[in-house]
This record gives sequence, C-alpha cells and structure tokens, in this order.
Amino acid sequence: MKKTILILLLTAVAMISTGLVMANGGEHLEKANVNVDDKASLQRGAKVFTDYCLSCHSAQYVRFNRVASDLGMTEGQVMKNLNHLGGKFGSTMTAVMTKDYAKQSFGAVPPDLSLVGRSRGVDWLYSYLKGFYAEPAKFTGHNNTVFRDVGMPNIFWKQEGVKKPIYEEINGEKEVVGTELVKQGTMTPEEFDNMVRDLVAFLSYIGEPNQSYRKSLGVYVLIFLVILFGFSYAMKKDYWKDVH
Amino acid sequence: MGQKVNDLMGWVDARFPLTKMWEEHLAKYYAPKNFNFWYFFGSLAIMVLVIQVLSGIFLAMFYKPDTALAFQSVEMNIMRDVDWGWIIRYFHSTGASAFFIVVYMHMFRGLIYGSYKKPRELVWIFGVLIFLALMAEGFMGYLLPWGQMSFWGAQVIINLVSAIPFVGDDLSIWVRGDFVIGDATLNRFFSLHIIAIPLILIGLIVAHIIALHEVGSNNPDGVEIKKNKDENGIPRDGIPFHPYYSVKDIVGVVVFLMFFSIVVFFIPEMFGYFLEHANFIPANPLKTPEHIAPVWYFTPYYSVLRAVPSIAGSAFPGVIAMGAAIVVLFFLPWLDRNPVKSIRYRPGWYKVLVGIFVVTFITLGYLGTKAPTELRTVVAQICTIYYFAFFLLMPIYTKMEKNKPVPERVTMK
Repeated sequence: MKKTILILLLTAVAMISTGLVMANGGEHLEKANVNVDDKASLQRGAKVFTDYCLSCHSAQYVRFNRVASDLGMTEGQVMKNLNHLGGKFGSTMTAVMTKDYAKQSFGAVPPDLSLVGRSRGVDWLYSYLKGFYAEPAKFTGHNNTVFRDVGMPNIFWKQEGVKKPIYEEINGEKEVVGTELVKQGTMTPEEFDNMVRDLVAFLSYIGEPNQSYRKSLGVYVLIFLVILFGFSYAMKKDYWKDVH
Repeated sequence: MGQKVNDLMGWVDARFPLTKMWEEHLAKYYAPKNFNFWYFFGSLAIMVLVIQVLSGIFLAMFYKPDTALAFQSVEMNIMRDVDWGWIIRYFHSTGASAFFIVVYMHMFRGLIYGSYKKPRELVWIFGVLIFLALMAEGFMGYLLPWGQMSFWGAQVIINLVSAIPFVGDDLSIWVRGDFVIGDATLNRFFSLHIIAIPLILIGLIVAHIIALHEVGSNNPDGVEIKKNKDENGIPRDGIPFHPYYSVKDIVGVVVFLMFFSIVVFFIPEMFGYFLEHANFIPANPLKTPEHIAPVWYFTPYYSVLRAVPSIAGSAFPGVIAMGAAIVVLFFLPWLDRNPVKSIRYRPGWYKVLVGIFVVTFITLGYLGTKAPTELRTVVAQICTIYYFAFFLLMPIYTKMEKNKPVPERVTMK
C-alpha cells in the first residue's frame, strides 16, 4: 500500500518536472525576471507600451481606468501620459494605426497584445524584443533570433543601437546563435535591458491584471485550509476513537 | 422544541420517505471500516461536480456562445470586467482537470480492489458510462472559450467522425451543423455542455450510487462484510456512513481543496496543461497552430488513435481502436475470471502486470501531448498493444493465478 502511494507520488513529481522542462520550450530563451508587483516598473512599462506598441498594436481588452487603479496612477496622469488617442478614461486601448493602413503597409494587422503575455510567456517576449539584428536584405532592415523573418520592424533601434548576428556552423548549416552590439544607441545595454524588462512586466500584467491579487489571496486561502484541516482531522480522530 | 421537530418529521415522513432515505443512504448505510486512501475519490468526485455546477451557473451568466463574442466574453468580460469572474473561471477550468484526476484515481481503485466483480457489475458499468459522459462534457466545454486549441482540438476530433466509411462526411456535417466548425457548432456544444450532458451525468451518478447502496461497498480486502452480521443484522465489519465516513471524507475534501487552491491561486495554467498557451489566442480557422494537442485527460486515448496506422489513407482503424480502448472497460467484470477481488490476495506477478499497465497508461498520456516522431510512435504502439493485451488476455491469465488466502474478516492495515 505504502509502496503504491510512493510510486504515485514519484510519478506526479516526474510529470510536474517534465511539465516544467517543456514550459521552457526548446529555444534558449533569456530569463525575463519581471516583477509584476513592482508598480514603478509597471508604470514605466505602461509608458513604453503606449508610446511605442500602441502605435500599431491594440490591447482591446485593457481599459485605461483599470490600469490607473491597478498601477496607482491618477486619471489625470493616465489621460496625459498614456491615452494618446484621447479616448474616454474607461475605454480600451486601441491602436493609433488603422487596420486598413496596417494591411497596406505590413500585409497583416499586427496582433492584439492583451493576452500576448500568456500565449507567448514573458521569457519569449523578453528574448524576442532583444533579438533583433541588422539584416539589410529584409524589408524592415532587421531579422530576429527568436522569431525568424518576423514582419515587425525593430522599433527600438534608436535606443538599442546596431547589432550584427553571430553565426555558428551547426550540422553543416550556418545558424544565428546570438548577436553582438556594433554601435551603441541612445541607451547603454543595461538601460535597454531594464526598459525591455519593464515593458514585458507590463505585458504580463495586462495578460492577467489580477495575478498579484490572486497570489496574495491564495496565501490566506491556504492558511484558512490548514486551520480547517486541523479541526476536521481532530473531529475525525474523535469520532473514530472506538473503531478498531 | 424537540417534540415539534418530531411532529414535523412525522408529517413529512407520512408523505415523503425523508427519514427512510436518510437512514438507507447515510445513517444506516453500513460501509466497511477498513477504507483506505483510495476510498476518498468517490466523495471527492461529487465535490468536484458541485464545484463545476456552481461555477458553471455563474459562468453561463456572462458567457456568450457566439463566435464573434465568445473569446472576448471569457478573456475580457469574465476574466477582467466581472467582479470575481476570474476566480470562477479558474475554479471551472481547474475543476475540469481535477474531475478527471479524481475519476481516474477512483477507477484505478476499482481496478486494484476488484470493485467491478459480482455483485457490483452494474456499479462499474454505470461508472464507465459516467466516464464517457464526462469525456463528452469535457470535449464540448473545451470548445466554448473559442481559443486556437478549442477550435483546432475540436476540428481534429470531429474529423474522426468523417473517417467513418460511407456515412462519415454526412455525419460530421450533422455534428457540426455546418460544413466547418462555426456558430452552429458553438451554440449546440454550449447547449449540450450546460444542459444535456450534465442531466445525463447527474442521472448516471444517481444510478451509480443507488446500485452501490443496493449491494454495499467493496473494501481493500475484497471481503463481503454482509456475510458476517451480528444479531441485529448489522455487518460486524461495517460502520454507519454517517457520521464515520462523513467526518473522514471532510478531511479528504479539505486536503483536496488545498491542492485545488494551490492550482487555482498559484498555477492556474498548470504549465500549459490545464489552460493551454495557444488557447489565449482567439480561434482562427485560417491559421493552424504548429502543434495541436488535446487537453491532457484525453491524451492516453489520443495516443491509441495515433498509434494505429491508417489503412488506405483512412484513419478509421485508429478511431475504432480509440473507441475499443474505452468499450473494453465495460467488459472488465467478465474478463477477469479470478474470484478473489483484492489485489492484496492475488499473486505478485498480477501486481506487476497492473504496475506496468499504470506506466503504459501514463506513457500514452504523455506521448499524446507531444508531436509524433518515429520513436514515439513505436513506443505508443507497444503501450497500445499492452493496454489491449492487459484486458483481452485476462480470461486466460486470471485463471492461472495462485491466490493467497483471503481473510474471513476485514483487516485494519
């Protein structure tokens, strides 16, 4: 009996650990190390997001007033710094660029970013945003180490500077294994990493705005259940004391 | 006061068998006193059903079964705008997986302690029917969020219908209500998911419990406690379900809720197993995801499907195999010819066979979540052969078993 339980426990552990391994994916992604509880980081990320991403992408499930209350900002701050299209405070985040224009320029409407933090994961986003390198043959002038031949232009080229790819022979084929900074942009690499990290933190936050609250609530729920377990176990012991 | 309550109960009992039902199913239902860990999962399954029904009622208040609105009604309205909507949704999505975990454990308990054997054949058959209804419920519910995996998972399964020779194409159009999975499909799946299948499920659960209480519960020793009664006609090894097992099952429920809460509050996606990453992208009939995998609880059977090679370009043999893998469970009471119920008193090599069966089943489940490679297909084929051999060769090998002596009374180990 004890053996069976032990085997089952081991299987469960094995399954969870394979799950963890698979969650990381096959690609070598850099750890984003975002902190969605850091409101200052989220506020900086919100600014980058609305200044750059919202030019082409939408976040149609995200409301400005919700961002304001979650990130500790006033209506005035949000309307002045984040809401560039001047929509209502309670409205959702729409792209500046129209869908027709996007189709003409890029051949496709850029995807909505409300849930990209959940569908792609923070490590993928972080590596992707840092994965652009110069490839003059491409119509955007750039390619990406994580997302080959991506249609999105490298919007942060001014901040990051110019990067060239590092090639390596793998199975007789030349593959891009990394990038190297050729000419620094307006930001140092550390400053740039921090900006991308803030942005990815914000993307993670809008993917699931309740996540911080969910975790903090979970702690109280578990404490309650541990106490309830104590009482219920004592009750069981008491009722069963005569059963042999 | 006490007199008044008695009068009221008498009034009710003269018109409805309330006291009789209470006694037959709880206060004077004598269950063996030696239930172990495995016997928590029956009451836990009812617990999960209650979670699913309650959370489902509230989700249906905000969900919109319309291909243009479904994804948004889940990911924007329920997950963001509705107060506490996110927690109700996580209860429901985690509950779906929890239901299958609990039911798989419950079925495994039946397998190792021979709970399907005479006189409990109908208890087992109702149970397998519940398992089938649960699969239909899970499959139809998974389409509703209208994400990429919802759409393409349903696409794969409904295409299996069209693999049936001659009538397949017409049948699949009848199932979808359209030539493609669309609004008609979503609407009927919603209707079936929230009305038809739950009604069938609850009816089957009632039948399962009535049949169980007619014959009495089995136990880890596989000893019939009704064969040894005291002068009052009460089994010597039996204890009333209430209060003994009600207080014990409360402990089980609390421990279950701890695991459940860890998932709901800390890992609701369960690393992409309970909520698949691709399902956070709205369904797009023009864009096939790189890798389509059903939700984890279907993957053992999905593996069986893929393991069987197609004949003349038709996946029909695989469909037959997948169906047979479930149908074979109905025949278990007659396949196993060993009169001894509990695995405790069956030979060591039978324990090994059951152990390998568990490993193959988990392996099939794991392989079903992965894209097929040559090696994986071979492993899946070996596991599929073992799965069927385990059941179909039972009439032969269970007759060769040399059992250990079965005790007269239950043991408390």
